[in-house]
Amino acid sequence: MEAVAALTVAVLVACGVYLALRGRTFPVVLGLSLLSYAVNLFLFLTGRLVTGAPPLAGGSAPTADPLPQALVLTAIVIGFGMTAFVVILSLRARGELGNDHVDGKGEKT
Amino acid sequence: MNLLFAILLLLSGAVLPPLTIRLGRAACAWTAAAINAGALLLMAAPLVQVFRGNTVEASWSWLPQAGFDILLRLDGLAVLFVLLILGMGLLIILYAHYYLAAHEPAGRFYGLLLLFMGSMLGIVLADHLLLLLVFWEMTSLSSFLLISFWHHRPEARCGARMALAVTGTGGLAMLAGFLLLAHITGSSRISVILAAGDIIRGHPLYAPTLLLILLGAFTKSAQFPFHFWLPQAMAAPTPVSAYLHSATMVKAGVFLLARLFPALAGTDLWFFVVGGTGLATLLFGAYTALFQHDLKGLLAYSTISHLGLIILLFGIDSPLAAVAGLFHIINHATFKASLFMAAGIIDHETGTRDMRLINGLAKYMPYTATLAMVAASAMAGVPLLNGFLSKEMFFAETLHLGILGSASRLLPAAATLAGIFAVAYSARFVHDVFFNGEPVNLPRYPPHDPPRYMMIPAALLAGVCLVVGILPAHTVAPTLNLAANGMLGGPPPQYSLALWHGLTTPFLMSLVALFGGIILYSLRHNLFAFHRRLAFAPDARALFWIAIERLIEIARVATSILENGSLQRYAALLLFAALAAVAIPSIPGNAPLTGPLPLSPIDPLTLLGALVMMTAAVTTLLWHRRRLQALIAFSVVGLVAALAFVRFSAPDLALTQLSVEVVTIMLLLLALFFLPQQDRAESSPLRRSRDLLLALGLGAGAGLLTWGILTRPFQSISGYYMANSLPGGGGANVVNVILVDFRGFDTLGEITVLAAAAIGIFALLHNLCLPPGPDSYGKRFWSDERHPLVLALSTRFLLPLALLVSIFLFLRGHHAPGGGFIAGLVTAIALILQYMASGIAWTRRRWHLHYHPVIACGILLAAATGAGSWLVGRPFLTSAFGHFHLPLLGDIELASAMLFDLGVYLSVVGVVLLILATLGKLTGRCAEARRSS
Repeated sequence: MEAVAALTVAVLVACGVYLALRGRTFPVVLGLSLLSYAVNLFLFLTGRLVTGAPPLAGGSAPTADPLPQALVLTAIVIGFGMTAFVVILSLRARGELGNDHVDGKGEKT
Repeated sequence: MNLLFAILLLLSGAVLPPLTIRLGRAACAWTAAAINAGALLLMAAPLVQVFRGNTVEASWSWLPQAGFDILLRLDGLAVLFVLLILGMGLLIILYAHYYLAAHEPAGRFYGLLLLFMGSMLGIVLADHLLLLLVFWEMTSLSSFLLISFWHHRPEARCGARMALAVTGTGGLAMLAGFLLLAHITGSSRISVILAAGDIIRGHPLYAPTLLLILLGAFTKSAQFPFHFWLPQAMAAPTPVSAYLHSATMVKAGVFLLARLFPALAGTDLWFFVVGGTGLATLLFGAYTALFQHDLKGLLAYSTISHLGLIILLFGIDSPLAAVAGLFHIINHATFKASLFMAAGIIDHETGTRDMRLINGLAKYMPYTATLAMVAASAMAGVPLLNGFLSKEMFFAETLHLGILGSASRLLPAAATLAGIFAVAYSARFVHDVFFNGEPVNLPRYPPHDPPRYMMIPAALLAGVCLVVGILPAHTVAPTLNLAANGMLGGPPPQYSLALWHGLTTPFLMSLVALFGGIILYSLRHNLFAFHRRLAFAPDARALFWIAIERLIEIARVATSILENGSLQRYAALLLFAALAAVAIPSIPGNAPLTGPLPLSPIDPLTLLGALVMMTAAVTTLLWHRRRLQALIAFSVVGLVAALAFVRFSAPDLALTQLSVEVVTIMLLLLALFFLPQQDRAESSPLRRSRDLLLALGLGAGAGLLTWGILTRPFQSISGYYMANSLPGGGGANVVNVILVDFRGFDTLGEITVLAAAAIGIFALLHNLCLPPGPDSYGKRFWSDERHPLVLALSTRFLLPLALLVSIFLFLRGHHAPGGGFIAGLVTAIALILQYMASGIAWTRRRWHLHYHPVIACGILLAAATGAGSWLVGRPFLTSAFGHFHLPLLGDIELASAMLFDLGVYLSVVGVVLLILATLGKLTGRCAEARRSS
């Protein structure tokens, strides 16, 4: 299972990076979001693969590690804020520059 | 303590002259003089102590943990320089009062002068390498400001910049050398380092240490080939040239060599580098000085030459040569400062410094002429004057040198040659200026002697030249002896300071220099013609400016490569750097990649999920030019991520991910409405393959890292949270308790960041009018039906249910999966759905709410909950909880953390609605704008 998890992170990162390097804003936004999914997954996995034991106190059995989960929970919400900001920035850029190229140098659209 | 107070008095006193200038120029000069005299008075008792054979030390604990304390030490060597700095300072202050014109800002001048004086005093008193360096740089800075005193003149600005660049670079090299020295000896304390000479010389890092420190000393003391800044620094007012650039600051490098002499000297490397540089500078300076037409230029090159002489003496590396070097420091300071003052007087009275114009001044200004002639004779090394004595000692030292073998005859010859040139340029200074016919076209005519008080400093110095020259044993001997003792770290060898030692070789060399120089000067017309034809010399000054221009050019090219305005390139460089930063250290790879943990079995369902996720990610990539399809594929990734969180025991994360996913896709769909739906291939195949390689590299790195982590055991700090969640936080859902209690401060920060992002988005969308995205690349396929009836009606039924679910999630969040974040997202989705299904106008008619206050309330509530714990004397965000029994509902638990969570809930609702509703309004606004236009 560990190999599958690692491979998933790898694929997400690779796709995210490739998209983030594109020249138009929309794929870049998608790429950054994919990257943030990959990072969230990676952070979550630092708590290792635990099945069927959510981190609820009071029981005696060992549970999943709550700390990475708490970190990732806020990371997901902040990630939304970041995505929203970047996508709105790209809209504004299109409004100001007349096209959706990341450098603002494309032809007018 | 007096040592520290003297420095502090000068440094803090530097602010007074600019203030007292309002009371008049005289008051200003008196203030400066009083501060200078005060420092001298403070130093009196320590000076007497040292003359009695003690060493005065002072220390002030500053950063003892970092080994950095203020350590000061007054020994014999420092005494010589203290007397030089403070004594000469008084004369300069008096002289400058008459030199500066009435309209010039004398307050600033004296302030800077005192600043310099304090820094220079700090250099000679410091007993800590870094402290010395700080004062060293302070002298460079005050020198920069003093050279550019007349900052309306371009040559003053250029000269100041060049001086700062050269001495500043040297200072940096010296810092590196000092750090090495401290590394070798294990101490930055100079008195400790001086005792560790053998360790330093035997250390493998000796050569770089020595060379770096020498670089600092040579740039400061204007040694060849770093000499070129000194003639340019002559753009400074003449008192500055007399004080900084002949008597004190340029001697700082020489002082440093003398100070570190016991620690660094005594090797062949020292002899060849220090001696060689000194000799080259001595000859070069003496030769060049002869051909200067500018009065101060001649003195500047002569100063370079004399500094070279002193450095050469230190390089010869014998105790007697060191004594001769110290003696020459004193002598050079006296006669050269006096000559600079004379040059300043002449400049002042005639309006020019060009020796081709100034001739025959002896009959116009007889007193100045007499003083200048005495000082110039000392510079030439004429008997009965102090310059003669130290020069004779120098000649004597060049004779006893075994290390050069058969070439040892060359050094006395070179010394004599330099002596000949020194006599020749001194003769030129005297003859060309004061005799040699009548003045030519003087800007001010007729010149006359200046006010008496302006001549007093020069006269005093000329007197010193004479008295020391005739009665050395009764005047300078005790100080010199003391200084030599301090420099060598023990009593100096026997030597005799006397005018007449008999008809010795050094005396003959002096005679040869004297007569040779006069003959050379009489042949000057041929020599000048020869020098003009020569004109080969690569001008160091020009080279400096070329180097500066080249540097700027390189910086420009580097900037244009790294920062060409292409975000794609920046991103690629950044990612490449990240890849390299992680990959390079892991290449040697001592640790195996795979850890010892046993692998868990693969179950088919999870494998399927992972495959779907990876396929969706790759599909997003492949379809990224057909944007709607890409977005759909992208949404699959997020949904499967939520499933993965469920699978691996993170219900809170799954709920959050699910709701965030919904909001994100809605947001991106809305945004896509305003962007092109399709896209042509933008990048070249080359760039695409580069990006692919980079992506594969980073993906592989992240995957391997994950693999390495997952197969290793780990120690978590979560045990504490698990154990204290119920008793301390009153909640069983540890993730939620961490968010609202243990790490509540982080959460407060996070909702603040969210709010900032929302406000930023609001500002970005303000007054933005965007037409819908162009369909130039394909057909538009947005539906014409704006609000489908089925959707509208079903969402209206869903709204109360969704709100109920969100309240449920909120209330149970402390004990079971849920909480403020998730509840907030669910509420926001329920409300956004109304906007989407029924339109903004419809929704607004039903509830008209501004979202800024909601966000503000949320953050304030969270912060106030945290601050509330101050009221009961607890730290910020301490939570309290209790169990209450309510009729009907039974036993319920209320925690203050719930209020905090309510704050989180409100801000999340506000943020999401603000973002999406503002973006949604964009469509309507543009339609209105089109209608009105």
